[in-house]
Amino acid sequence: MSTTDFVYTVGTRRKVVNTIAAVAITAFFAIAIVPLVSLLWTVISRGVARFDTTFFTYSMRGVVGDGGGAIHAITGTALITLAAVVISVPIGLGTAVYLTEYGRGPIPQLIRFLTDVMTGIPSIVAGLFAYALIVIFVGPGARAGVAGAIALSLLMIPVVIKSSEEMLRLVPEDLREASIALGAPKYKTVTSIVLPTAMSGIVAGVMLGVCRIIGETAPLLLVAGFTDSMNRNLFEGRMATLPVYIYSQWQNKGANQAAYDNRAWTAALVLILLVLIFNIASRVVAHYLSPKTSQSH
Amino acid sequence: MTATDMMTQPTLTTDAIQGQKLAILGLSAFYGDFLALSEISLSIEPRAITAFIGPSGCGKSTLLRTINRMHEVTPGASVAGSIRLDGTDLYDTRIDPVSVRRRIGMVFQRPNPFPTMSIKENVMAGIKLQHRHLAKSDAEDLVELSLRAANLWDSVKDRLNKPGASLSGGQQQRLCIARVIAVEPDVILMDEPCSALDPISTAAIEDLMLNLRRDYTVVIVTHNMQQAARVSDKTAFFTVEATGEPGRLVEYDNTATIFSNPSMKATEDYVAGRFG
Repeated sequence: MSTTDFVYTVGTRRKVVNTIAAVAITAFFAIAIVPLVSLLWTVISRGVARFDTTFFTYSMRGVVGDGGGAIHAITGTALITLAAVVISVPIGLGTAVYLTEYGRGPIPQLIRFLTDVMTGIPSIVAGLFAYALIVIFVGPGARAGVAGAIALSLLMIPVVIKSSEEMLRLVPEDLREASIALGAPKYKTVTSIVLPTAMSGIVAGVMLGVCRIIGETAPLLLVAGFTDSMNRNLFEGRMATLPVYIYSQWQNKGANQAAYDNRAWTAALVLILLVLIFNIASRVVAHYLSPKTSQSH
Repeated sequence: MTATDMMTQPTLTTDAIQGQKLAILGLSAFYGDFLALSEISLSIEPRAITAFIGPSGCGKSTLLRTINRMHEVTPGASVAGSIRLDGTDLYDTRIDPVSVRRRIGMVFQRPNPFPTMSIKENVMAGIKLQHRHLAKSDAEDLVELSLRAANLWDSVKDRLNKPGASLSGGQQQRLCIARVIAVEPDVILMDEPCSALDPISTAAIEDLMLNLRRDYTVVIVTHNMQQAARVSDKTAFFTVEATGEPGRLVEYDNTATIFSNPSMKATEDYVAGRFG
């Protein structure tokens, strides 16, 4: 074999194609990032004006012009989202455990299909479902935070099922067998081995579900309604939430329009920050819960 | 012996373990309609190492898994015939398979310590999973005893709270053996316990097997004929005519006889390396 079998220079054509591809890929990335940067810039630059202590301590009760805040809407979003998590996690996680650990035959397939269908439900339809529920139990025209939570859980449950099922599937079959062979009953294998091993992924999935629902507007407008006052009772009366707050500030401007616009922008900024905080928190929690494999832990 | 009696555990130090004879009687194993093993009968000596050898697909792992009723965990898998431990039929319909697994422990091909648990927690996993509670000092004693029995104590005693997965492959497998020892079984089944390990770790596990033989009835499945020859007292040779046929027992005898003077031609060909 002679040295001529090796090529010492990369062909010009390949160099050109490589450069074109690299430029094109970078350009696509730039295009993808433009709306995100623009959105963040607009929200931050306009939202910062009212990002003050008044915003986080006052509600809109009796406010018609300047001043006022969104503490009632922040509280409402926190309560309704928390209630939605409390409803969704047991149902979603229970379904995922059934699908991966217990389900045999055609029923799991049916559940998976229905979950896929549920993922596509328009949020307004979830809102109408919750509205129908309160009409049955309370009467027409009633509003309650918990109805909003039910509507949101309808949107969150399929997210929790899908992500938890994926995480449970990632738990090696070896671990289930090891547990069963140690004389563990099936439920104990699930609760002590399978769930803890998958926990970090499950928590991350739940956080993802929270980010999915925290910005929902339509169903909350329908069943939780809007109020200018603080309402801490999920079971009675209208309850403000951040997305609906943004909508109503923009929709029902008083004489001093700028004050309403500024509050709407700040509320949008707070909502984005909440999603950001949840994302970071999910990573931190996932890190602490993840199975420890390296020596460094 | 009733199912409730099966739940009571012998203690590690008493001689309750002695003389547990394991007898497989006319056992057939199925995966759905597929007959994987046909009419196997053999009697396993207590406090000895019995090796199952044979080519891939001969059903030796399946047979091992029927002994602690792990076979039926696979969806669609079933068994006909019976296995007796000290005269009790493990496949008696009144017996809870969970109680069988508490008496007959199992070590798997790939080391599988629980990744969320520390070394100490891994050893105690069986106790916890069986809903038994030990005083803290008893638990510490049991951890030490089990890790010593698995020849692992000296290398891990200073890092018992480190994750089990931080150990090397061979150490992880010894941790899995310690985990089985901690629940004080009568019989320990090992399904190709060294096939994922390097030669040095393999030697360590083989040494360990020879120690375990003093207290336990050990059954191993191995692809490694030298390993069977080195460690086992009795050897069963299985074969399968063709894919789709059931595996069957060809010959079962003292290991020395199987490797030097087998009575069947197929055994002689296999141990001489002429097939499989």
